[in-house]
Amino acid sequence: MLDKNGIAKRIAQEVQDGFYVNLGIGIPTLVANYVRDDIELEFQSENGILGMGPFPREEDVDADLINAGKQTITALPSASFFDSALSFGMIRGQHVDLTILGAMEVAQNGNIANWKIPGKMVKGMGGAMDLVGSAKNIIVAMMHTNKAGDSKLLKTCSLPLTGVECVTKIVTNLAVLDIVDKKFRLLERAPGVSVEAIQQATEGDLIVEGDIPEMKL
Amino acid sequence: MINKTVNNVTEALEGIHDGMTFMLGGFGLSGIPENCIQELVKRNVKDVTCISNNAGVDDFGLGLLLKKKQIKKMISSYVGENAEFERQMLSGELEVDLIPQGTLAERCRAAQNGIPAFYTPAGYGTEVAEGKEVRDFDGKPHIMEEAFKADFAFVKAWKGDEAGNLIFKGTARNFNPLMCGAAKVTVVEVEQLVKPGELDPNFIHIPGIFVQRIFQGEKYEKRIEQRTTQS
Repeated sequence: MLDKNGIAKRIAQEVQDGFYVNLGIGIPTLVANYVRDDIELEFQSENGILGMGPFPREEDVDADLINAGKQTITALPSASFFDSALSFGMIRGQHVDLTILGAMEVAQNGNIANWKIPGKMVKGMGGAMDLVGSAKNIIVAMMHTNKAGDSKLLKTCSLPLTGVECVTKIVTNLAVLDIVDKKFRLLERAPGVSVEAIQQATEGDLIVEGDIPEMKL
Repeated sequence: MINKTVNNVTEALEGIHDGMTFMLGGFGLSGIPENCIQELVKRNVKDVTCISNNAGVDDFGLGLLLKKKQIKKMISSYVGENAEFERQMLSGELEVDLIPQGTLAERCRAAQNGIPAFYTPAGYGTEVAEGKEVRDFDGKPHIMEEAFKADFAFVKAWKGDEAGNLIFKGTARNFNPLMCGAAKVTVVEVEQLVKPGELDPNFIHIPGIFVQRIFQGEKYEKRIEQRTTQS
């Protein structure tokens, strides 16, 4: 079974040379730590920077330089700043190659819910609806089950939706899956995790074809 | 030159009254019009509608207006950092319209640019789309969103000149340029107000035509929400 860093490490393998990548808050933010250093890529943060660098040293902290999680960051020499409309132009216009975000629920048809629990938690969708409404390539990073132990990979989402039929791939603490013909398809197992354990933790329909390899981390 | 300067924040906010709709720039606490917000708190205008990506934190930014119950309605994309906000929303004291961030930005830009409405895929199939016109383009459904209508826009820029030309800094730019000229009156506060000619026209982000009033803010706290450094 993987921890959050393990999930980030596996997702980092999906990032290809020449990609512009948008990372969501939480596990997705960690992906930046594990990307191979022999490929060229740029991170976009939807509050208005392309070419986001690592966190600053204490003496370089700048209130006018933050990421979408409101954390202080740095700008790479190749960076550019822009307003929020142009930022979402990059997203809606499909200029960003890969979007990695967290979720509370994913359904087997690719629906995703991650912005609201009615009556309990209402933080808002931020940029998530724009991202999932347009991106070609959406990877969800999340734990396979919630704190109560219930599956987050479902036949249909029970929470208010963020987007419809948009998720292409899911990486959890247990497995890598994609979505084909409105079903989850198991691609890889996390180290030490059996196919049965994954089946048990998946409420939605799960396609298992042949031997399922273990992730290489 | 058409001089847009006013002497101070008091003059800058002349004409505001209860029940108005305000646009406020900023993402989180970055690039918020701190001086205008302080003045709104001081004037105690009530029942206002605020269009702002976020709602500040409990003791800074728009959180200050929330605490004094000056806000009737918030139009935002993300409000997760404010406990008082959540309390007022769940108790029904505060009306809240949560909309996708890109849609929020584009509704400002549409108002600025004289475009009454546009279509976006964001929010299709979700509760955001309820009651809105849906239209297919290239086989993909989109929802119609309308330009905002507001009385005042409060904007924070880094540098500005007396003609109202503006330059923003870093990610403090965010929604600020899009709100210029998107309301009946645009009020801009800057960290540095300079004479015409001191800003290179090649590097102006927003031309003065979109600005009615400009002043230099008395002080800037520029609070940081998540100070994160290399360990």
